[in-house]
Amino acid sequence: MKNNLRVKTSKLIDETYRISFKFNGTTYHGFKGDTLASALLVNGVHLVARSFKYHRPRGIMTAGSEEPNAIVQLHNNSSRTEPNVRATEVEIYEGLEASSQNCWPNVNFDIGAINNLLSPLLPAGFYYKTFMWPASFWEKYEYFIRKSAGLGKSPTKPDPDIYEHRYIHCDVLVIGAGISGIMAAKTAAKNGLKTLLVDEKPNLGGSEIYQNSEYFKIDNQTSGSWLEKEINKIKKIENLEIKTRTSVAAFHGYNFLLARENLTDHLPIEQRKNKTRHKLLKIRAKKVINATGSIERPLIFNNNDRPGILLSSAIKKYTDLFGVACGERIVLLTNNDSAYETAISLIQRGIKVEAIIDNREQLDSKLLYEVEKSNVKIFKGFTIVDTSGYKRINKVSIMKLSIDGQSVVGPKTNLYCDCLGISGGWTPTVHLFTQSGGKLKFREDDQVFIPNTNTLEQISIGACNGDLLLDEIIKNVPKSLKKFLNVKDFEYDDLQVLSSNNKSKRNIWLLPSDKVLGKTKPFVDYQNDATAKDIKLALREGFRSIEHVKRYTTTGMGTDQGKLGNMHALGIISETAGAKMGELGTTTFRPPYTPLTFGTIVGRNVGDYFDIFRKTPLHDWHVNNKAEFENVGQWKRAWYYPKENENMYQAVQRESKAARESAGILDASTLGKIDIQGTDASEFLNRVYTNAWSKLAIGKCRYGLMLNEDGMVYDDGVTTRLSENHYIMTTTTGGAANVMGKLEDYLQTEWPELDVYLTSVTDHFATVSVCGPNSKKIVSSVIPDLDFSDENFPHMSFKEAKIGKINCRVMRISFTGEQSYEINIQANYGKSMWEKCMVAGNNFDITPYGTETMHLLRAEKGFIIVGQDTDGTMTPIDLQMDWIVSKKKYDFVGKRSLYRSDTIREDRKQLVGLITENPTEVLEEGAQIVADINKSPVEMIGHVTSSYYSPNLKKSIALAVIRSGKNMMGQKLIIPMEKKTINVTVTDPVFLDKENKRLNA
Amino acid sequence: MFIINCPFCGERDQSEFKAGGEAHIIRPRQPTELSDDEWAEYLFTRKNIKGIQFERWNHAHGCRKWFNMARDTLNDEIKAVYKMGDKPPIE
Repeated sequence: MKNNLRVKTSKLIDETYRISFKFNGTTYHGFKGDTLASALLVNGVHLVARSFKYHRPRGIMTAGSEEPNAIVQLHNNSSRTEPNVRATEVEIYEGLEASSQNCWPNVNFDIGAINNLLSPLLPAGFYYKTFMWPASFWEKYEYFIRKSAGLGKSPTKPDPDIYEHRYIHCDVLVIGAGISGIMAAKTAAKNGLKTLLVDEKPNLGGSEIYQNSEYFKIDNQTSGSWLEKEINKIKKIENLEIKTRTSVAAFHGYNFLLARENLTDHLPIEQRKNKTRHKLLKIRAKKVINATGSIERPLIFNNNDRPGILLSSAIKKYTDLFGVACGERIVLLTNNDSAYETAISLIQRGIKVEAIIDNREQLDSKLLYEVEKSNVKIFKGFTIVDTSGYKRINKVSIMKLSIDGQSVVGPKTNLYCDCLGISGGWTPTVHLFTQSGGKLKFREDDQVFIPNTNTLEQISIGACNGDLLLDEIIKNVPKSLKKFLNVKDFEYDDLQVLSSNNKSKRNIWLLPSDKVLGKTKPFVDYQNDATAKDIKLALREGFRSIEHVKRYTTTGMGTDQGKLGNMHALGIISETAGAKMGELGTTTFRPPYTPLTFGTIVGRNVGDYFDIFRKTPLHDWHVNNKAEFENVGQWKRAWYYPKENENMYQAVQRESKAARESAGILDASTLGKIDIQGTDASEFLNRVYTNAWSKLAIGKCRYGLMLNEDGMVYDDGVTTRLSENHYIMTTTTGGAANVMGKLEDYLQTEWPELDVYLTSVTDHFATVSVCGPNSKKIVSSVIPDLDFSDENFPHMSFKEAKIGKINCRVMRISFTGEQSYEINIQANYGKSMWEKCMVAGNNFDITPYGTETMHLLRAEKGFIIVGQDTDGTMTPIDLQMDWIVSKKKYDFVGKRSLYRSDTIREDRKQLVGLITENPTEVLEEGAQIVADINKSPVEMIGHVTSSYYSPNLKKSIALAVIRSGKNMMGQKLIIPMEKKTINVTVTDPVFLDKENKRLNA
Repeated sequence: MFIINCPFCGERDQSEFKAGGEAHIIRPRQPTELSDDEWAEYLFTRKNIKGIQFERWNHAHGCRKWFNMARDTLNDEIKAVYKMGDKPPIE
């Protein structure tokens, strides 16, 4: 370990609280308040990561969420481990374990670094260009590319942490608690507005809070101490909620914002138990104030990525806030005054500033004069042309810039150092503003994009609005706040400010070198290893749109979304292509601003709560009787009831035989039930179903087919006329909600004159369906008062009945082709009704069957299932159900579409039955059907929609849709499978009991 | 995510609503009188404009009423909500 680089006590760091943590297996110490980055720096560790493509050694570059390089893997175990975490944001805690990623075997010796030597062979678009030939080899390349792709490891076990979502409504949301945000929050809250102030950092005050210099003063106090007093005042305001460690991820329309509040990541693991880790805040704010500040720009020069190279402002922050020296001999490279602020801080703490290399030639700056007093060498009009030091910078080579700044002149001088701070000016953080739909404008003076127009109730204030210096903030922020919030109580009118920056800047997007560009490595996007060379190559190859250049070079596509380098990429494109920055625009900033874990996005919707599901009143009985369940819409339906060691096939064969030979019982409660009443109920049904309803007698049931206006089958089900103006409609289980919505739509918008009322009663009734030759005997003994004789109670009719005092509705309808009774009873009696049927059916070996058996039985009868045998492209004619389409009715939904030129084509796909040549061969649902296997290319003429082995017919049966299928009865077709072809014959879709004898048996 | 001012319930979150496509397309009273082209025009042709668009919306997880909305597709600003059958309050 090196000397302790802690140089001063800091309010943020609690030196009485020592914390040990591990990085790459080595134990280090820091103090409470340190980030992983500051704690590594204090231990002299700069090399923390390897870059993505060339595996170059990389260090900590920033002190915030914009960090591109120092991304690490957190935690060692397979459930909590988390990749791509920014070391600059991780607050250390006892027991923290972190490691470098994207390197093997370790960060000090990384085999992948061979890519750095090969880099001339790996230009932008390398993968696109190289792995194209021969095309058939892609699968082989892919394996190796995938292996080397990606950063870090994903957890392999379930996440043990708890996540929550919370809605927040407020009058004013202030994003960012720097000096501008604090002023905004105080103003809003003091005027009685319900205010929420959020900041991604653990402490308030932004970068001004540690500005403790005679050169920056507000009302005669240093700006840092003035701000600290303001912060203490706002903490006492009641209607102001302050959330730290809270990063706004997305800013959507209508002032809807998503933020992640980090609650436990800074705690030792054992203190996190039963606590929520992250909260996803869904914020609706009447007004939004963006005070997101700005991010310092790096400078782009040859080998600008070595460990030990930091943003100048980061060096200042580590020194002032964490009391950490980033080096012992520091050189600064700048094109503006910010680096002198850093130098002053360093000098105050006794850290040696070796030299300042300033791109600018002429300088009149108070800060510079102050620095000069300490005998720091200042090279005016110079730049760095190269750096050296593989795992830590140790030398910079500097040369004088030519007058136009495009080349270097004169002799080359070497300066030795262990740390380099760079400052290329500041970029306003406009990400959230543009996410919300705001448009930017380009300010030529200092080459920044700043907010221009927007439509929402929002403003941007302070640095994110382009007011980068203290005096501009103090001058402009109060004015904007007063206007935007329209407030009476205002206290920032007469603030006295002293801000000593010289505003001049010499902006050179790509600093020149004495070497040709091709021999240099000037990184623009550090995380994705995109260099200025790559961008120029893309332009040479004809890319013009910045969105295309971005994707081709991957500039700005890392987890940091290019927060540092994007502006330089734009600048280089603009210079090379000769386009104006303002016209070029920016790439699109997309949410989230910083990455979110999946846990945060999912919240509590995990495990059983992943998706809501509905249970029938009989659910517990099915569970107790070992049913397997399947999801149908939102419902859990009993699928089959395996006995002992039965598999699904065996259970379904047994259940199917029982239902046809004696008795079966099915829970049909999930079918949609819509109660339809009103004097126009019959007319309404006439309009929404294809068949006629006016003449349906009271107490009778009828099957109906519902179409979309385009003529395609939408839903089906049996509707019963309970009285003159009262019907009960059943729909498919999955279609119930949509059918209800569609019926309401027509009633409200197209036919408001109809007197019809709809009520969904699906959940009100439990439906027990008993079928089979013995069904009549069973239901007669359950409901002894009802006359079940065929004369009194024929097929397709309905009776009201009573069991004791309990009303029930009994329908004699059948989806299986067997004699069948559906008993509808108030839901809470459902289970007792089912149990009564089971007892009554005991002598007949009544067999509970699930949805799979139901599907098999109806397929034997050739009954369709909407959604399985249809797919939104089938008309009733295609289904060979012409009989259900009324020729007499003037109109119904979908009627006109049934004779469009397309729907009357003879060669539409039509529903048919298929019999296999080998009766034991069961087809796969979805299998493709061909007529001529020798034709090239093989022409697919249809596919299998339903397929089963029928235990009652003792052969394989299938339904299929086949082009012109109706005219192919008896024709032999082929179903090619992976390893064989299956011969089939086209048949009628009704396989069993065509004469419907069983219904009335 | 919009905030929609349901004409029956007041301001609610967009997640309570369902969009129902272009408004003011009336189902022909006598579809059988129409040519294929005329029917197809009703069935398939919808506007997709940049600017103010008239749309049908349904308060599906609320009062379940359908209503109309004038929305600027450029910035999603809702210019007006009005009841079914009413004329658009703006051009």
